[in-house]
Amino acid sequence: MDTLLQQVVNAISLGAIYSLFALGYSLVFSILGVLNLAHSAIFMSGAFFGVLAVNQLGTPLWLAFILAMVGAGLLSVTLEFVAFRPLRRRNAPRIAQLISSIGAAILIVNIGQLIFLQQFGRTEAYFPRELVSLDPIIIESLSIRIAPIRMIIVVVSLLLTILMQYLVGRTQIGQHMRAVAFNQQTAALLGINVSRIFVFAFFLAGVFGGAAGMFYGVVFLNVTPFIGEDVALIGLTAIVLGGMGSIQGAVLGGYLVAGLQVISVVLGGSSYRNAVVFLLLFAILLVRPQGLLGQSESTRA
Amino acid sequence: MDALINGLIEILKPIGITEPVFQFMLVNAILGVSIYLTLYCGLFSLANAGFMAIGAYVGVILTQSFDLPLFGALLGGMIAAGLIAIPIGIPTLRLRDIYLAIATIGFGEIVRIMILNFDDFVGSILTLVQGERVRFTLIEGARGIKGIPKLTESWHLILFLLILMFFLTRLHHSRLGRAMTAIRQDEIAAASMGINVVYVKNVVFIMSAILAGAAGVFSGHLTRIVTPQAFGFDKTVDILAFAVLGGTSTWFGPIVGGLVLTALPESLRFLKEYRGVFTGLVLLVVIVYLPGGLINTTSWSKFIRRFTNRPESPPDENSGHSTTRAN
Amino acid sequence: MLELINVSRGFGGVQALSGVSLSVPPQRIVGLIGPNGAGKTTLINNVSGLDHPNGGQILFDGQPIEKEPSHRITRLGIARTYQNIRLFGEMTVRQNLLVGQHSLGRANILEAVFFSPRYRREERQYRARAEELLERFGLASVAGMAAGNLPYGDQRRLELARALATEPKVLLLDEPTAGMNPTETKALGEHIQDLRNDGLSILVIEHDMSLIHQVCDEIYVLNFGQIIAHGTSDEIRTDPVVIEAYLGRDDDGAA
Ligand SMILES: Nc1ncnc2c1ncn2[C@@H]1O[C@H](COP(=O)(O)OP(=O)(O)O)[C@@H](O)[C@H]1O
Ligand SMILES: [Mg+2]
Repeated sequence: MDTLLQQVVNAISLGAIYSLFALGYSLVFSILGVLNLAHSAIFMSGAFFGVLAVNQLGTPLWLAFILAMVGAGLLSVTLEFVAFRPLRRRNAPRIAQLISSIGAAILIVNIGQLIFLQQFGRTEAYFPRELVSLDPIIIESLSIRIAPIRMIIVVVSLLLTILMQYLVGRTQIGQHMRAVAFNQQTAALLGINVSRIFVFAFFLAGVFGGAAGMFYGVVFLNVTPFIGEDVALIGLTAIVLGGMGSIQGAVLGGYLVAGLQVISVVLGGSSYRNAVVFLLLFAILLVRPQGLLGQSESTRA
Repeated sequence: MDALINGLIEILKPIGITEPVFQFMLVNAILGVSIYLTLYCGLFSLANAGFMAIGAYVGVILTQSFDLPLFGALLGGMIAAGLIAIPIGIPTLRLRDIYLAIATIGFGEIVRIMILNFDDFVGSILTLVQGERVRFTLIEGARGIKGIPKLTESWHLILFLLILMFFLTRLHHSRLGRAMTAIRQDEIAAASMGINVVYVKNVVFIMSAILAGAAGVFSGHLTRIVTPQAFGFDKTVDILAFAVLGGTSTWFGPIVGGLVLTALPESLRFLKEYRGVFTGLVLLVVIVYLPGGLINTTSWSKFIRRFTNRPESPPDENSGHSTTRAN
Repeated sequence: MLELINVSRGFGGVQALSGVSLSVPPQRIVGLIGPNGAGKTTLINNVSGLDHPNGGQILFDGQPIEKEPSHRITRLGIARTYQNIRLFGEMTVRQNLLVGQHSLGRANILEAVFFSPRYRREERQYRARAEELLERFGLASVAGMAAGNLPYGDQRRLELARALATEPKVLLLDEPTAGMNPTETKALGEHIQDLRNDGLSILVIEHDMSLIHQVCDEIYVLNFGQIIAHGTSDEIRTDPVVIEAYLGRDDDGAA
């Protein structure tokens, strides 16, 4: 049985992964006002591209990580072209976009399954243990062990989050993104190429989702076409908790959910891990649908 | 009746539709209608698999532990699903599309987790109350309830579906049906017509839950085993695909969708291996390129034009009429 | 009939209505005019239950209604139209009028399933009343068309017909002639007068002054959420405060 402190350490690295994942969800939501339910499939694709690069191409971990991010980013852009853009053109209701993203999710997971079978002979693949497990850092006095990879994950995830903040808050393309999020027509009138902003937002969301997926695969070592399901609702809970469309909210939500999971495992056992999270999701939706950091609908930028 | 059904099965056999397949087609048609009712009212609820699970478990427990006949179990399962829909619907139906979708997905997961832990949970409460260790087994968590007799017969399903279809035609000629259409198109205007929007939404949500519960009871007594895994998010997506494929402009659509989407992988064998890919494609392609579903003739002609590259014919008066939702 | 006492409604920093008192007596047509953004639509929204005041009272037949939801207000006998038309666009014209009669019926879904006598009687009445309204507003020839495909003027008339289908005692019209040509506007004015003669009380927001002068028994002028004048059309026309309010706005616009 791990100590509480050990659990907290684990929660932080899990929270780093969740928050990266939630960031992608949140970015697309804030710009399109629509939920991309295929984001969990993008997450899976990141882990998949990573494990494929390591095992079939023999790349080092850092290169696999970059390939995973780019691959997932491109897949995410494909989604924009196939599942979202045609519906936007037609002014289809938001429900239609939700349904097409569910369709895309199912499609990607099942194609993933076929490719897994073809590449690995079964629907499971592993990151080689020696690739990631350097000796854990052991702090005797506190009796905790920290795998170096988990520290790397937390650091990289923080760096990526800062990068996202910078991109959205300080650059011209970020300014354009905010303009599109605020009002597409007005943005178009100001000469902003709205379609390009969408493509960029999807790419960025995919990169973050892919990075999260790759990390998840590296932490738990095995990758299946179904790992997206583990995080799909957790990611939703994180963004609802933090406030839909808010970047800081998504990050905060990711860590809070991870913390909550750890606490409920400590108090109630692992079978209640997700039940507590979903009950919280429910409660937040009913009491404060705009989330902890979210503003009410009319003032959302 | 039996002779008729046997005759039908004989005709369908060459295209791969055996009696069990036929029965699942009918169950899925009911499920398609279940999600259609909420969609028809503009509610994007994904709670159907959860209510189906409730129906299946309650129904199976009633026939297995309480020796009720299937009919009693059917009533029990429907009532249970309907009753649970009340406290779920009242708070969640206030939420708008995306939030409602998330909340109902969450509900489905909570149902699944509760089923997984039900025995342990009751066991530990009994342990606490009685002061000695009690092992409680009723629904067997992840292992599920096994060895359920196959009580559902084709004629049950056909009869149920016929009654349901009659109900739906009547619904469309009633105040409630018109109110549902109005709410889907404009909630605010609907309220100014004196329609109690919240009330209608809740009624529709309960009806949808009752139907999902019925489908659960039937399917529990067809598959002979019920496990929580069978009622996960995948199941909800399947149900959604029935309605989307068939189209939701009339009640006919989801029934056609349920029948076709269940039969297709059996008739076209190669599809079986790619079932998931197929379901995903159906959702994506139909929503994007065939918005009205299989039963919508106008969107078919647009679809065909798109792929034969014929120029758009000038808009004629008739096409305007046929896009009008029938009801 | 309808009485607003000191009604206020603020949105964050904007005070859309501040202490508005106004009354619509039985069988009268009351005009409500004022520059854009004066709070006219907000006033109708608050009366019709779409929005609720922060302060003050709204009485209908002496009963306070300011806390009632939209559907209850309609059932009490207050109907409205919208500045931006809100028809059920995918339904036919006739179906729009059937929905309008929703609150008049009592038959539930089971009665519909079993064709109960009450259900059949009610449906017959809905149909008959719908035909009557179609005739009255010249919509009979387009009764089977999707409401969303109608020309603009027809849509406005259908919205009025649909509001009447709820059998109101008070009718609130938010810019009912916006987008209509002069002939259509004049015809609509006559409809409004007919409705008053049938016994309805009507509150009408208009920009078209000729219509206001044609139909209104009395007029209120709203500016920045406050009633700045009240009187007959002749009194208003010459009221210096009103002229100031309109001209003042124009100066602002030009500056
Ligand atoms: N829902 C709302 N939220 C915030 N401000 C509003 C809202 N509705 C109206 N307002 C503001 O109240 C004022 C009055 O608006 P409105 O009643 O539409 O004016 P009118 O109909 O006279 O043109 C305007 O300044 C408008 O911006
Ligand atoms: Mg207005």
